[in-house]
Amino acid sequence: MDNEGEKDMSQTKVNSLASIAATRTPGTSAMGVGLEARNVHAWFGQKHVLSDISLDFYAGTVTALIGPSGCGKSTFIRILNRMHEFIPTAAMAGEVLLDGKDVYRSGVDVTKIRLGIGMVFQKPNPFPSMTIKENVLSGLKLAQIKINNSDELLEDCLVRAGLWSEVKDRLDQYGGTLSGGQQQRLCIARSLAVKPQVLLMDEPCSALDPGSTLRIEETIRDLSKTMTIVIVTHNMQQAARVSDYTGFFLSDGGPGELIETAPTSHIFSNPKDKRTEDYVTGRFG
Amino acid sequence: MSTVTENKPQGSNDPNQMMVPRPLKPWKATPKQLLPDVFGAIGTVIASLILVLVSPLAGILGFILTFIVLSLFIAASISWIRKDRKAAANSVSTIIIYFLAAFVLLPVASIVFEIIRKGAPGLSIGMFFDDMSVTASDAPLSEGGLLHALVGSLYVVALATIVSIPIGLLTALYLTEVKGKASGTVRFFVQAMSGVPSIVAGLFIYAVWMISLGGSYNTAAGSLALAILMIPTVARTAEEVLKLIPTDLREAGLALGATQWKTVALVVIPAARSGLITAVILGTARVAGETAPLLLTVGGNDAMNWNPFSGNNSALPFYVWKNFGLGTETGAERAWTGIFVLMVVVMIFFTIARVLGNKKG
Ligand SMILES: Nc1ncnc2c1ncn2[C@@H]1O[C@H](COP(=O)(O)OP(=O)(O)O)[C@@H](O)[C@H]1O
Ligand SMILES: [Mg+2]
Repeated sequence: MDNEGEKDMSQTKVNSLASIAATRTPGTSAMGVGLEARNVHAWFGQKHVLSDISLDFYAGTVTALIGPSGCGKSTFIRILNRMHEFIPTAAMAGEVLLDGKDVYRSGVDVTKIRLGIGMVFQKPNPFPSMTIKENVLSGLKLAQIKINNSDELLEDCLVRAGLWSEVKDRLDQYGGTLSGGQQQRLCIARSLAVKPQVLLMDEPCSALDPGSTLRIEETIRDLSKTMTIVIVTHNMQQAARVSDYTGFFLSDGGPGELIETAPTSHIFSNPKDKRTEDYVTGRFG
Repeated sequence: MSTVTENKPQGSNDPNQMMVPRPLKPWKATPKQLLPDVFGAIGTVIASLILVLVSPLAGILGFILTFIVLSLFIAASISWIRKDRKAAANSVSTIIIYFLAAFVLLPVASIVFEIIRKGAPGLSIGMFFDDMSVTASDAPLSEGGLLHALVGSLYVVALATIVSIPIGLLTALYLTEVKGKASGTVRFFVQAMSGVPSIVAGLFIYAVWMISLGGSYNTAAGSLALAILMIPTVARTAEEVLKLIPTDLREAGLALGATQWKTVALVVIPAARSGLITAVILGTARVAGETAPLLLTVGGNDAMNWNPFSGNNSALPFYVWKNFGLGTETGAERAWTGIFVLMVVVMIFFTIARVLGNKKG
């Protein structure tokens, strides 16, 4: 799957994190400047679950978030696209900048934010009342977007999600008739249809077989050419295979913290923090 | 994956040469294994009969009681002898479950059977085209008809359903989707309302419409009384159905940039559609046979009244009630036929709703 060019690219990224950071000036990249979390905290009721997370997601890269269960990875990415606020007890502090503008600034249209920052969930969740085709195009109806050629968009999204060849003859069947791995790629296609800048994936492969997992990893690599991807994963090999950057979260009983973030190869070969090393080598977690 | 079929694993045989075994159900008991059970059952029936004949126990009730006790005892003994105590406990609980199921089914089956037996003979085509306005109470069944009651019933139930569906569903949506501050209070009142006796609903409309507002009997007033009974059923059932829709689906909709109402309308309600239709069916079933609230609001009528918003009207339960009350033989026959028609109408309605509900998309 990985061709030489891509390897070179990520190698360059690894070698020149600083220079990439330097080029992140608003408006210079075709894909925007990406997504930046600044001093993010999260609470559920009185319970402080995330403390002071600052993490940048550069446009056109894949960032993996790893860490033991319960350290706040899901909470963190749900803060990024403002899904956190659906939990009645939830609270947060800090800023999340999309193209330099805080998604939590007052007066912002939340639905526009979620349109720009798509999400793929842990369990495949195609809409049961809709066919495959309707599922892919559902975002247009839901977000009230009008387009001219929906068939073209349908094919484009399914191709990019790596599902087109498997479903092109059964577009009018229900989404529930697909296998788990196909359903998850259908959900990815569904997210792509509204053309998000950023795609958040919360353990997208944890319910899938190895074959489907590989297909989705290929899809992620392909998508990263045109969008920014954040993926939570418990699978170290997966993080190593798909991501350019990795962030390691950990909670020592208190709120979750970002222990270390670096180009993925650094995290796995040469982590700065002892706890990161212990985690990625499987000594705990 | 799609390509798996093309490269078969090396070791596998050509399917043409493979012996295809006959499909079996090895978990099913063979006739030989069933023999003791069959003998046991027959033995139990015979033993019960003998016991009832030689003892002071008498009649069907005595037989049933003896049969239940004996079958539990014999089944337990057979299982214990053939296997062990666990098997005996298993047989006993299985038999108890069968008896309980029969106890539930028996009354229902006997009601349906009785209605068909007594109601079907009185059916005639003519009765669906005539009313009772010029028919004497002891006239033969060939005269008059129940068109007025049928139309009245359809009117009153249809109007009640039209009123109840939006109110009931919106209440359920408030409880499950909006989860507003008043949810607890609303849920409490809905639950309290579902315990309201039907005559109270009738009295309420009577007090408001007739006494306070000075209105007179009409079909729409009756449908409001029925709606009072129907709304809590619809709301509670719909709430249960909506609660079963996974949060994940709602979040998927919201994550695509939808507003909450778009998500509810395009994702949640379609996903719950079949269950929501059941909710409405249950609500309709609750009110279709109501008589008391109609007495106070619709007033009753022997003649056709096509206008649901003015004048007395009849309804099938009302027609049944009135004809039984006449005390004549033909009156009783008309009543049974009325019950039969009511049952068939309700069943037709349910079937239609079910078919619509199961058809996806
Ligand atoms: N809805 C919620 N209400 C209260 N606490 C929650 C809720 N969701 C998550 N938490 C708590 O927040 C912490 C972080 O959870 P989560 O973000 O799901 O972790 P992760 O995804 O890393 O496994 C955990 O301690 C968890 O118990
Ligand atoms: Mg999680």
